[in-house]
Amino acid sequence: MRQMMLQHTADQNDVVALRIGDQDYCIDIEVVREIRGWSPTTVLPHAPAHVTGVINLRGAVVAVVDLAARLGLGKTAPTPRHVIVIVAFGPQTVGLLADVVSDILGVDHAAMQPVPDLASDATRAFITNVIPLEDGRMLRKLDLSKILPHRTAEGV
Amino acid sequence: MAGPDTLRATFFEECEDLLSRLGDGLSLMAEPGETSDIETVHGVFRAVHSVKGGAAAFGLTSVVEFAHVFETVLDLMRSGRLPVSLPAMQTLLRASDVLADLVTVARDGGADPPQMASLLMELDLLAEQGPAPDLIEADFDFQPVPIHIPDGVAPSITPDPVTYAITLSPLAGLYAHGHEPAALIRALRRLGEVEVIADIDAIRPLAALDLSRPGLRWQMRLTTTKARDEIEAVFDFVGDDAEVTITRLLPEPTLPTEAPAPIMPAPPSQRPTDSSPAGSAAAVLPLSATIRVNLDRVDRLINQIGELVILEAVLAQAVTTAGLRDDSDLATSLAGIRQLAGSIQETVLSIRAQPLKPVFQRMQRITREAGDATGKQVRLAMIGDTTEVDKTVIERLADPLTHMIRNAVDHGIEAPAQRMALGKPPVGVITLSAAHRSGRVIIELSDDGGGIDRSRVRAIAEARGLVATDAVLTPADIDNLLFLPGFSSKEEASSLSGRGVGLDVVRREIQSLGGRVTLQSVPGQGTTFTIALPLTLAVLDGMLISVGPETMVLPLSAIVETIRPASAQIHLLGQSGRLVANRGALVPIIDLADCFGFAPIADLDRSVLIMVESDSGRRAALAATGIHDQRQVVIKSLEQNYGSVHGISAATILGDGRIALIIDPEEILRSTAVDSPSAARTAHG
Repeated sequence: MRQMMLQHTADQNDVVALRIGDQDYCIDIEVVREIRGWSPTTVLPHAPAHVTGVINLRGAVVAVVDLAARLGLGKTAPTPRHVIVIVAFGPQTVGLLADVVSDILGVDHAAMQPVPDLASDATRAFITNVIPLEDGRMLRKLDLSKILPHRTAEGV
Repeated sequence: MAGPDTLRATFFEECEDLLSRLGDGLSLMAEPGETSDIETVHGVFRAVHSVKGGAAAFGLTSVVEFAHVFETVLDLMRSGRLPVSLPAMQTLLRASDVLADLVTVARDGGADPPQMASLLMELDLLAEQGPAPDLIEADFDFQPVPIHIPDGVAPSITPDPVTYAITLSPLAGLYAHGHEPAALIRALRRLGEVEVIADIDAIRPLAALDLSRPGLRWQMRLTTTKARDEIEAVFDFVGDDAEVTITRLLPEPTLPTEAPAPIMPAPPSQRPTDSSPAGSAAAVLPLSATIRVNLDRVDRLINQIGELVILEAVLAQAVTTAGLRDDSDLATSLAGIRQLAGSIQETVLSIRAQPLKPVFQRMQRITREAGDATGKQVRLAMIGDTTEVDKTVIERLADPLTHMIRNAVDHGIEAPAQRMALGKPPVGVITLSAAHRSGRVIIELSDDGGGIDRSRVRAIAEARGLVATDAVLTPADIDNLLFLPGFSSKEEASSLSGRGVGLDVVRREIQSLGGRVTLQSVPGQGTTFTIALPLTLAVLDGMLISVGPETMVLPLSAIVETIRPASAQIHLLGQSGRLVANRGALVPIIDLADCFGFAPIADLDRSVLIMVESDSGRRAALAATGIHDQRQVVIKSLEQNYGSVHGISAATILGDGRIALIIDPEEILRSTAVDSPSAARTAHG
């Protein structure tokens, strides 16, 4: 991991690594606006189970997506130690609930591998690549377009 | 820096103003029995002329050509060579519609309006009734300038060459807006002989040169046979960006020259006729009392003030939590801030408020076109078009109003022959009025037509299966059937209003603005639609209530009353249906917690029932666990970052910084509607 951070060349991408349950995921750093601690959300009626509610982000109403629930790893019981990663994806601003932000890494394009054809798994639908790290861990790159709530009335 | 695009945008904004002034003037002229004031005709002429001038600058040829023909007719009128007759006015009104269309086409692209060719011909025909246009050019357009000279030398009206001394002192804005003094000088050269002297006295040495303060000035001597108007027209678009003086020099060089008269390019309703005291006065241009501001900036300001109000509430809560006394310095200052923030919010919101006039004026045209299409004679009377409402409300009001006007012309107003037979004047009148009433805007649209034919409405509703044949309906119930989706009373779909969209679309659109629409009708005398709208879409008066674990906001406008169920009688109906007796009627109870997916209220007796009423008059009692407060809340969009949620119209931020959802009672009532409008009544009776 350290070696990967040494150089940052043109064919590298910076990613923010998150831990969800005991798995490592990552998202492109460009979409991340800020990382903040958990604060209680206001429950949205008729929302899908993975949308925990909405929070006030300096006057904007931002929905929070429980990544663990979305990836089929079970619903998170949030504590103040959990984090909300605010991402801007297109015109939408959304909060992603994760256990912890572990790192910011430069990842070689060459190191990104396609998702292996495993048995069908809820998680697989939401990741674009897997990235093996030198310390033996594996990062799963999240596909935000699939994870975020659609702006049309989802769940109604 | 202002690029060509912003200049273009400014031109189109100005066009809107000019076209609105044009419409105003024309309707004043068309007023029956009104001998039109010559100033009105002048104003109308100037509006068309300014549109033409601006369009020429942007190379919008079809606008220029049409405006030119239009202007020729108006010119004949203002010189009194063409009488202001009713048929002529109708042509002019239609011409103004086409001009507006042409401007829209020039801005948004598209094909020229189809009526253009026929109107050009009509205008030409009108122009032929007056003398040949060449003649007028020569003597009418000429505006003599008052000059103070000894008796005997009257200001002559001759086409003899006249010499003008013109000075041009550009300000920084001239260059910033992309004007080129050389182009102005070239334009003057087209009018006649020009001598130009560049005045470089004011240019500072290179070391001290400040490019944002141009020093170069020009002094010109123009000898021309053209009218002063045309010289002024050259500087029309310079605006406030340069100091321009035009002074007429008399043929005898010994006579004193007239003092310079400043050019006032905008608004064109003012023109320089007085000669001002010589010298510095020319530099003082009258400033217009309004400024154009990008709407985004206003919205940002409104958002920031909203933040301030929320933050203030957070602070107030912190003070309370800290256990400070109400009369402590901190609490007193905070109260001051609260008051200030509230008044700032009010002021800022008023910036977004605009008069309803533009949208009302558009309805003039809609009425005209609808009348033409149906062969009915209709006049639109407008009252209170200066009433101010939030800009967004105004924009979204155009479609429903258009629909209602067409509806009134098509279904309301009778054909002229029928009206005569009924002893009514042949010209039907639709009155569109607006007024502020207790924090809302009330817009009324009434016609003097035949009113709603209730037996036919009922027959159609029954035929479409919208209402049971044996239902007991009051006249008001029947009128409300018109708002049902899929109801279109015209049996053969007319080309005008019967397009498969009915009044239900109107109602939905008004509701999405947080408003309500109701109607009253008197057979033989006409129908009145009443629209009640909030003044702004930015704040809302709401009641804070507890629903399950959450705090929610219920708009005050929908609430009729609140009841303690313990004192009222609750009846069970079927397995889960519950009704409460209220003022002689049985009203269904809707458990909000259940509705929003929380655990249903176990003990209704301990809840609070909030009686709400929908537009169609349907009532329901919403059950909540408690009522906290009544306050004005800032409306925040939920759709921007998430999407729409059933039964929720928007969100707001509470004093503790948390988000509360704003309930849409209309949608909740609609979704739980299992009965016809009469169900509650029949259940009772």
